[in-house]
Amino acid sequence: MKKALLGATLGALALSIATIAPHQAKADEIGACLITKTDINPFFVKMKEGATAASLAMNIDLSTYAGKIDGDHETQVQAVESCIASGAKGILITASDTKAIVPVLKKARDAGILVIALDTPLEPIDAADATFATDNFKAGQLIGEWAKAKLGDKAADAKIAMLDLTPSAPSVDVLRDQGFLDGFGVDIKDKNKIGDEDDKRIVGHDVTNGNEEGGRKAMENLLQRDSGINVVYTINEPAAAGAYEALKAFNMEKGVLIVSVDGGCPGVLNVKDGVIGATSQQYPVDMAYKGIEAIRAWADNGTKPENTKGLNFYDTGVNLVTDSPAEGVPSIGVDEGMSRCWG
Amino acid sequence: MSDENRTPRKKQDFEETLGRSDTNVASFAPKQRTFLQSAQHLLHGNPTMVPVIVLIMSIIIFGALAGPKFFSPFNLSLILQQVSVIGILAAAQSLVILTAGIDLSVGAIMVLISVIMGQLAVSLGVPSPLAVLIGFGCGALAGGMNGFLVTRIKLPPFIVTLGSWNIFFALNLWLSGAQSIRSQTLDEVAPLLKFFGESIAIGGARVTYGSILMLAIFAVLWFLLNHTAWGRHVYALGDDKESAELSGIRTNRTLISVYILAGLVCAIGGWASIGRVGSVSPQSFQEANLQSITAVVIGGISLFGGRGSIAGPLIGALIVGVFNSGLRMVGVDVLWQLFAIGWLTIIAVAIDQWIRKVSS
Repeated sequence: MKKALLGATLGALALSIATIAPHQAKADEIGACLITKTDINPFFVKMKEGATAASLAMNIDLSTYAGKIDGDHETQVQAVESCIASGAKGILITASDTKAIVPVLKKARDAGILVIALDTPLEPIDAADATFATDNFKAGQLIGEWAKAKLGDKAADAKIAMLDLTPSAPSVDVLRDQGFLDGFGVDIKDKNKIGDEDDKRIVGHDVTNGNEEGGRKAMENLLQRDSGINVVYTINEPAAAGAYEALKAFNMEKGVLIVSVDGGCPGVLNVKDGVIGATSQQYPVDMAYKGIEAIRAWADNGTKPENTKGLNFYDTGVNLVTDSPAEGVPSIGVDEGMSRCWG
Repeated sequence: MSDENRTPRKKQDFEETLGRSDTNVASFAPKQRTFLQSAQHLLHGNPTMVPVIVLIMSIIIFGALAGPKFFSPFNLSLILQQVSVIGILAAAQSLVILTAGIDLSVGAIMVLISVIMGQLAVSLGVPSPLAVLIGFGCGALAGGMNGFLVTRIKLPPFIVTLGSWNIFFALNLWLSGAQSIRSQTLDEVAPLLKFFGESIAIGGARVTYGSILMLAIFAVLWFLLNHTAWGRHVYALGDDKESAELSGIRTNRTLISVYILAGLVCAIGGWASIGRVGSVSPQSFQEANLQSITAVVIGGISLFGGRGSIAGPLIGALIVGVFNSGLRMVGVDVLWQLFAIGWLTIIAVAIDQWIRKVSS
């Protein structure tokens, strides 16, 4: 058995070497790179699928790279360097460290490579040639407005738990958190800072690492601070599922509204089952597909993609998914959400 | 013979002074111990004392800072619940560290096994009890692979488990597609997998089966390590492998059994983690291996092997739990919690080094 395991490991090694081996270049084939935060999150897995499909259709030789965990900056730097060395025409990147990645991306742009930030804007945003992303602030606003409308008059004395991503608070974390509070009608003060609000309705912020275990722990901790919590914002749906488990253990799952962002298939199913009240759905496949299209256009005739009107990036769209629509807040039903979910 | 018949003899010179000489039997010069030295000796004899003292003090301090809410049975049972999975991993980690090794793959084994159990029961429709048993088998196998590489191929444990950490993690992603299995699905298809999430209420406290499981695992390991020949062998080989071998212990066999047992404990932890998290989550517990090492080190088990009580890591895990809970209740930011745990770890190792000096 041990030998079989060893054999399997060696086999896997051989396989990975085979995939690295250079392909025979076709006539107008160009190189492109997709660099994601991790291979763990289904969001990035789906993004990779979108990019791979587009590359096949547009005769692009796609190399994909991913950090080991969210926040693994070094691996991403190495990936960018490899892309420059390989003579790729374009890089699609979801940056783990949105500021620190800028210098190495500048080297890439200086070498004539089109750099497109996917999902996560760089800081500053114009450090990339274009940004194809979900409007995360809007995604937050939608669930904030929905929660406020659902509570009606009771929104004035709601008790809100904020389940964020990580202590380092990357931009997506800040945008969703602040968008939600803005939509709910909280004065958010500095839009770029989590936790500077002094609204009494906010019980507290805690981090979840975007997974079930973290979501549960964070919810337990905030419930220990105030057991009257009745609105829970979560950075993504796994965190929301964890928060629900904690509420269930406290026998509180009935009277609490949980809202989230992402629109992954298990998340939408959780909306259907009443675990999550509403979630803002984003579209990673579109992001990657359009990114590859843009690289093809850049290689063919040197055109760069343009931003959505009124925004400093290209908005790939977001929809609120709920079976309990609130007046004045546009939304789609769970069935439509299921047909467009990812992962 | 009577004294009267004897004529008193004149004492010789040396006899005159004889009475004044030291009458003590030969002995080592008595050493005056300072308070610190006595403490050092005491702790050397009872290495678990330090963590116990730290645990009691931290409970008192956080109780004073955070108010009565901290002391509530509910909160204390919640801390127990929150540390249960890391505690179980720390138990597995201790076994390996006692042999002067280290296991970086414990967390990866645990998550992999939870995914294997979940996929078997949910996607393939295997009956839950069988899925759990297969999971246990895979855990033992994963540990056995580590042990095989360490003992037969003679690779350092650090390197072996650094590699197997990545291998198990990759297998986890491959099997799960990086996708969680939802709590609701488990309720429908395989509620047994969530068994350790059930709880019993004792007064205001809510004790999960997972917390009880953790305590039971420590109790069993304590018995094995202290009251069986196998346990003596583990300590002996961790202290000095060569002398253990010379005294007739089959060190490789013992070492491989340690890794297999550690893998099995991780697998049990995998089952418990499904109950704790509520779903099968391939993305959770990514730092569990390091957290387990932290608990072991804070618990006073020496990284150099052969010394420390298995009760230590349990206390160590609880200390981390109390710190996190207490600091959160006081309203301290997450990054300062990391800061505090970091210092705690370094101080724990420094104290361990200091205690070790007693023998030299």
